[in-house]
Amino acid sequence: MIGKFDNNMQFHEVALRLREQRQQVLASNIANADTPNYKARDFDFAQAMQHALAPANSGASELSATNSAHFSAGSSQTIGGVPLQYRAIRQGSVDGNTVDMDVERNQFTDNALRYEASLTIVTGQIKDMLAALQQG
Amino acid sequence: MSLFSVFNVAGSAMSAQSQRLNVVASNLANADSATSSTGQVYKAKQVVFSAVPVNGAEATGVRVTQVVEDKSPPRMMYDPKSPLADEKGYVTMPNVNVVEEMVNMISASRSYQTNVDTMNAAKSMLQKTLTIGQ
Repeated sequence: MIGKFDNNMQFHEVALRLREQRQQVLASNIANADTPNYKARDFDFAQAMQHALAPANSGASELSATNSAHFSAGSSQTIGGVPLQYRAIRQGSVDGNTVDMDVERNQFTDNALRYEASLTIVTGQIKDMLAALQQG
Repeated sequence: MSLFSVFNVAGSAMSAQSQRLNVVASNLANADSATSSTGQVYKAKQVVFSAVPVNGAEATGVRVTQVVEDKSPPRMMYDPKSPLADEKGYVTMPNVNVVEEMVNMISASRSYQTNVDTMNAAKSMLQKTLTIGQ
C-alpha cells in the first residue's frame, strides 16, 4: 500500500526537484545579465524528466570515482542526467554576454508556475489519501 | 533545497549592482571636480563584473572583481579666469561622461529590481512548499 502511494507521488517529487534546479539555473542567468562573456545556460526539461523516471537510470549505472585523481565519466555538468547546455544566441552583444532578459524572465515565471502546479497536485493526492483513511 | 541557493545568486547580483550604483554616484558627484585633495583631477571609475560559482555546479553568482579607472582623456574647459587654468586658459576637468553614467545608473537599478523579483519568486515557492499537504 505504502509502496503504491510512493509510486504515485514519485512523478511529482522528481518534477519538483528538477523544477527547483532549473529555477536555480535561470536565476543565475538573470543575475549575470550584465557580466561580460557570460553565456546563458539551460537544460532540456522533458529529457531530464524522462531520464530521471526511467528505471534503468536509478543511479547505479554511473561510474563511481573512488580516487580524487579519477576523471569524471560524463560531461562536466549534468542535471538529472542530462547535460547543462548553452542557449542559442538570438542577438549578439558587444561584451560577449548571451543573456536575453525577455527569454529568461518568461522561462523563470513559466518554471515557477509549473512548480506550483506540481505542488497543488501533490497536495491534492495527500488530501485524497487522508479522505480515504478517515471513516465516512 | 536548491531554491535556497537562488537567494545567494540573486543576493550576489544585488550587491554587485549596488556597488556599480555606488561608483556611478561618485562619478556623477565628481563630474565637475576640477581638483581634489591630492591636487589631481578626478578620473571616472568603472566596475568589472565576473561570474562566480555559488555552492553548487549549476548556480552562478556575480562579483565585482575590480574597479578600474576610465582611460579616456580629460575634458578641457576654456575658463581663463579660473585659478586652475593653464597658460592657454584651459582647465582640466574630469573625464566623466554624464550621459553614459545616467544610462549606467538606470541599467544598474533595473537589474537590481529584477533580482529582487527573482528572490521574491523563490521565497513564495518555498513558502508554498512548506504548506504541502495542508
